[in-house]
Amino acid sequence: MTKLLRARAGRHLHGGPLTYAVLTVFTVGSLFPLVWTAIAASRNNTRLSQTPPPFWFGGNLFKNLQTAWTDANMGLALLNTAVVAGTIALGTVLFSTLAGFAFAKLRFRFKNLLMLLVVATMMVPPQLSVVPLFMTVAELEWTDQLQAVILPTLVSAFGVFFMRQYLVQALPSELVEAARVDGASSLRIIWHIVFPAARPAMAVLGMLTFVAAWNDFFWPIIALTQDNPTVQVALANLGQGFVPDQSVVMAGALLGTLPLLLAFVIFGRQIVGGIMQGAVKG
Amino acid sequence: MRPYTDQAASSATGDAAAAGPQQAAVERPGGTDRRRLWRSRRYRWDIKYSPYAFVAPFFVFFAAFGVFPLLYTGWSSLHRVSLAAPNDMQWVGLRNYTRLLEDEFFWNALRNTFTIGVISTVPQLLMALGIAHLLNYRLRASGFFRVAILTPYATSVAAATLVFVLLFGRDYGMINWALDAVGLGKVDWQSGTLSSQVAVSTIVIWRWTGYNALIYLAAMQAVPNDLYESAALDGATRWQQFIHVTVPSLRPTILFTVVVSTIGATQLFGEPLLFGGASGQKGGASHQFQTLGLYLYEQGWFNFHLGRASAIAWAMFLILLIVAGINLLVARRLRKSQ
Repeated sequence: MTKLLRARAGRHLHGGPLTYAVLTVFTVGSLFPLVWTAIAASRNNTRLSQTPPPFWFGGNLFKNLQTAWTDANMGLALLNTAVVAGTIALGTVLFSTLAGFAFAKLRFRFKNLLMLLVVATMMVPPQLSVVPLFMTVAELEWTDQLQAVILPTLVSAFGVFFMRQYLVQALPSELVEAARVDGASSLRIIWHIVFPAARPAMAVLGMLTFVAAWNDFFWPIIALTQDNPTVQVALANLGQGFVPDQSVVMAGALLGTLPLLLAFVIFGRQIVGGIMQGAVKG
Repeated sequence: MRPYTDQAASSATGDAAAAGPQQAAVERPGGTDRRRLWRSRRYRWDIKYSPYAFVAPFFVFFAAFGVFPLLYTGWSSLHRVSLAAPNDMQWVGLRNYTRLLEDEFFWNALRNTFTIGVISTVPQLLMALGIAHLLNYRLRASGFFRVAILTPYATSVAAATLVFVLLFGRDYGMINWALDAVGLGKVDWQSGTLSSQVAVSTIVIWRWTGYNALIYLAAMQAVPNDLYESAALDGATRWQQFIHVTVPSLRPTILFTVVVSTIGATQLFGEPLLFGGASGQKGGASHQFQTLGLYLYEQGWFNFHLGRASAIAWAMFLILLIVAGINLLVARRLRKSQ
């Protein structure tokens, strides 16, 4: 009886053919624009201005990739983006873990007030500070320097909140107190107790931050130019020309997306697991 | 790493008290007095001040790159500031704001932001809810489906928009080719008001539906199965279980995604900019899909009016606060009506 009941309830229900059909439609919808980017990148501009549009690969892929590489400064752009996204992810994870630990497990004055401040800042849109940031960057002559993009994004209120939520549960207070009684310094506690306990959440936060920093658009396009671009700035310039060669633009889009797509092919399940875990904790 | 923590935990129950810094001082020879004093003082300082050291990096960076610019934006919104000479500010009081209220392009941008926000957020979240529900069944290849629907999340605004510009092309785009093939005729996705806004929304929907679906799925898996079992016992069908068990349990998650999507929609920038090609900052030839974010960019970096751009930024913030307030009210009303 229970078994029968269970089979008719919630998670234990099996998906029928219709479920598979609908999910397949969404999967095709999700993947098709990406596949078609590769198809368009392997054709030429003339073929892309014909009806019907191409549905299969042509022979121009390497030629277009080469043109995009030189025209859009793609080599430098990819290197810059890797440096920017890597630094921002590392900084965010480190500072968020430290602050998250303090908010979750330590006692100090103004703690609740400061935490409220952190949460409140999550509401502030980036547009609100872009004008003075731009003035500052111009004043310091940081235009086209990577630190102009890295420094304003190096900490994140979401990260602090996320790590706090995780550590409240994942790190037993007794463990911290016991280490204290043993005379361990705060740095020792951070290194030997907090970091190991926080590692799963640090991985999730690092990954989310890396993807967001890799894809960030609004501030980089104001702070950087074509001379020292991130991938997104390079792509924007490639696509905003007056008569862009569309097959080259698609080749550029492919180049800019490929690193993250490869990560998805290799780590797909872990990334999905991380996002789902983050959703519950955050 | 692990063994150390275990050791710390076990010794805490045993002879831990003896190893504590204060007690340790008692039986040592007198020559090390100063060192002991120094050690215990350092220990007390560590306990007292290290929490501030841990939260300091966040607040230092936030003060420098968050609070200061925020306030300075308010200050410069009361001035005439040119991009050509940003340090030469002229006090104009509230003129930038009164000018905004008379500015048809501001109202146009506000309207567009609202419309695009609604037609991108509502279908996106509804579809995400549906997909999450399907993924919550027992499925073969469920891992593959999850990864596949999340893939658009890995593409950037720039890459995604440039592809959709081609797919939505008027003469040779694949979408118009398909519409034509089934006899519906071509649509001018670039220049129509509603059609261009639908196109821009499609890019947003494509990139974020899978991400939201996974958030919903995570929340669904936390719903206790007893609830479903008792519903099934009462004879509830799959659809009734979804409406009466799943959706109510997900209410906090749904509210969370609504708030996040609203914030995202208010800031919409990259998609309309790149969808507009060479006239991107205008949001199309007749500003038909210019959002508030784009309007700020146009005023500041094409028309050189940084003061006006600052005023737009503060107006956006105000609108966001109002929307958040409405969200909160609706949420409270929903909770009460239950």
